[in-house]
This record gives sequence, structure tokens and C-alpha cells, in this order.
Amino acid sequence: MKARVYVMLKKSVFDPQGRTIQDALGGLGYRNVSDVRQGKYFELSLEGMPAAQAKETAEEIARRVLANPVIESYRVEVEQ
Amino acid sequence: MRIGVVTFPGSNSDHDAYHVVKHVCGEESCFIWHKDTDLGRVDAVVLPGGFAYGDYLRTGAIARFSPVMQAVQAFAKRGFPVLGICNGFQILQEAGMLPGAMLRNRNVKFLSQPVHVRVERDDTVATEGIPRGTVLTMPIAHGEGNFYLPEDELQRLEGEGQVVFRYTAKDGRIDEESNPNGSARAIAGICNRERNVVGLMPHPERAAEAEIGSADGRRIFQAMVRALQAV
Repeated sequence: MKARVYVMLKKSVFDPQGRTIQDALGGLGYRNVSDVRQGKYFELSLEGMPAAQAKETAEEIARRVLANPVIESYRVEVEQ
Repeated sequence: MRIGVVTFPGSNSDHDAYHVVKHVCGEESCFIWHKDTDLGRVDAVVLPGGFAYGDYLRTGAIARFSPVMQAVQAFAKRGFPVLGICNGFQILQEAGMLPGAMLRNRNVKFLSQPVHVRVERDDTVATEGIPRGTVLTMPIAHGEGNFYLPEDELQRLEGEGQVVFRYTAKDGRIDEESNPNGSARAIAGICNRERNVVGLMPHPERAAEAEIGSADGRRIFQAMVRALQAV
């Protein structure tokens, strides 16, 4: 079972890296890029558990470890 | 007094902290290994600067789960002083022992430079007896020191008087240019409500002797010793 975890800075939090990338894109002529947000992507391989449990476990890992709830939000997808 | 310094894999200021406690302040010091579950006989603990566990994932995110941190949390709960410097501050935030989180510096650069910070409280374990308004000069060395809290929680933090240090100009004035990393309200250091856990981004242990540029950092270690003597 594979779980995908996406971690992003919350919308309310300024993303200096995203802004730097956006500025660089502007310099390259991509002036219609109005915003860039940089995040993190994780693939977790979970052994010996049904999909529902895998999702629950991945959610718990995302909440406790992969994301910092003060500044980040996360989303979990489980692949069948 | 015996002040323990935790060594995580990737700590790089542990020896400096040990040196300042022992040779500059003349107090006892010892190293505490990150795998230790018992702090031993210590009166206070320093979480030093560096890049614990390579700072993978987020700064301090892995270190907070190391065995020693449970002991440090219990120690702090009992009211003993805990000082987190730079990476140590980030670890305390990740562990939920201090509020907020660090974003990448506003200019996305790793900053290694001297800064001026103003002391906002004289009753924490890191500032006991240092008059409010005192400006100290110490170096910073970090890529993630941009202090963040949502606005409502920032107000609560200020209301509870938990801001201990702010980045200022040399004369103690707050201005944009003196805030190196974009920290909310120029916050360079904070404490918990009980004032026994303090975290700061500047490095007092790297500025404790005049020969290396500034001796101001010594005052923070001396304040810690004073706070311990007052107990």
C-alpha cells in the first residue's frame, strides 16, 4: 500500500522560497505566473494493512512528523 | 552549579557552550548524549546550535523525537531552566515547549553576521538581572530564523510577556533594516509562560569573550547562573 503525503505552507504563511522562484520565472519571461508555492511530497510504503488503516496511519504520521501544524497543512492520498 | 549541554548528531555549538559555562563562567558543565534518557545531576540544560540530524525534514523536527528530549521536557516541567540556542530553539518549538515556528529567512539566504538584540525581560532564566532595554551584540548563523506565529497568537504571546529578545539597531531602536530575517515583531527570543524555558536565535556562546569580538553573550550565561542561585 502506498500513501502520498503533500505538505504545503498554509495560505496565510508567506513562502520566501516560492516568491524567489516566482521572481526568477518573471525574469525568464513567464510574467503570467502570479504565484508560486513550494511544498514537500512524501511517498510512504505501508506494509500489511488495509487501505483505511493505511490512510489513518499516514494521516497520523503527517500530523505528528511530516508537517508542522503551526505553519503547514497536509493532504494524504492512498493508492490501492 | 552544573549546566548540562546536549549533543545531538549534528550539533556544532555544544563545545562552545561547554567552554563558556566551564571556563568563562567557572561553573561545572557536562555533555549529555542525545540517546540518554536520564540527564544525570544537572541544574540546567542547554540545547546548543548546529544542525541536529542534518535538519532533515525541518529544522529540529527529527531531534525533538530523540530519547533525551523526553527527559528534557520532564526536567522543564519541574521548573528547571532550559536554554535553546539557534537550532536548540528550533528543537524546543518543534517539541511544543515554546510557541511558533521558523520560516526560511525573508531573503532566503543563510545569514552569518553580528546582530543587536534588545533585552525585553529581566526575569527569565536567560536574562535574570539584565536590565530591560539592554542591547547585546551577538552573531546569528541560520537559514531558518524567521519567527512566525499567527497574528492572534502573536498578540497572546506579547500579552503574556513572553518576548525576551528583539532585533534592534545598536541603540535599541526597532527598524526594518535591523531585522535580519523577517521575524514577526522582530522577535529574536522568547520564553514559555513559566519563564524557565528560553529560546533565542543569536549565539551567546560565540560572543562570550572580548577577544572574539563581543563578550555580551557571557551575560546570558551569567544570568542563567544567577537564576539558579536565586532558586
